Amino acid sequence: MKFGILVNEGPYQHQASDSAYQFAVAALAKGHEIYRVFFYNDGVNNANKLTEPPQDDRNVTRQWSTLAAQHDIDLVVCVAASLRRGIKAEILAPGFHISGLGQLIEAGIEADRVLVFGD
Amino acid sequence: MSDTQDEGRGIPKVKRFMLVNRKAPYGTIYALEALEVVLIAAAFDQDVSLVFVDDGVYQIRKGQQTKDIGQKNFSPTYRALGDYDIEKLYVERESLEARGLAADDLLVPVQVLGAVELGALMDEQDVVFSF
Repeated sequence: MKFGILVNEGPYQHQASDSAYQFAVAALAKGHEIYRVFFYNDGVNNANKLTEPPQDDRNVTRQWSTLAAQHDIDLVVCVAASLRRGIKAEILAPGFHISGLGQLIEAGIEADRVLVFGD
Repeated sequence: MSDTQDEGRGIPKVKRFMLVNRKAPYGTIYALEALEVVLIAAAFDQDVSLVFVDDGVYQIRKGQQTKDIGQKNFSPTYRALGDYDIEKLYVERESLEARGLAADDLLVPVQVLGAVELGALMDEQDVVFSF
């Protein structure tokens, strides 16, 4: 099955991004496809490469970057939500790119299911 | 799920998108940013409906005044949704009643449905975005 994923919360403050990541890993392991992961609301903060959690904690941003590289996953960060929160191209972690909300709607149209991870 | 047989025949796919609004209009940004999603979905000519449940019913409460909290009153946008051909607005009856509100207190015409009916309607959707 082709899944779209919407992440609406930032890293660490909320578990939404962790849960979305774990879902993506599990779905891929079962042979499903992740059509796109779209980051919206405070979820855009997941793309910030400047995040530096303590060494004994997971690095949420790096997890997404690694997964994207391994499975060629499209990680899209909403442009309007990003501008509000100071997320700019120069601080994007590898694998993330900035685009419009149309990418979320397109994921809804093209994927078999879209899952929302938020508050 | 909707029929995807149109793929490859150049016919645009139309899916049923439901936006579920659960939070009060101010206090968090969910309502404002959900409205952005609604407008883009409509721009993609999708079959869009909105649901207001829990504190989300306050998003379409008449008489919002935001001057003193220093935020923009974006509630007039809900009245403009008809211009985008978005006419399916549903409000959960239980949420209204729990807050002492009635359809007359809302700034747009809506269909008031019970939780069970609303659940059935959600079941018919292709995509449900909840905020």
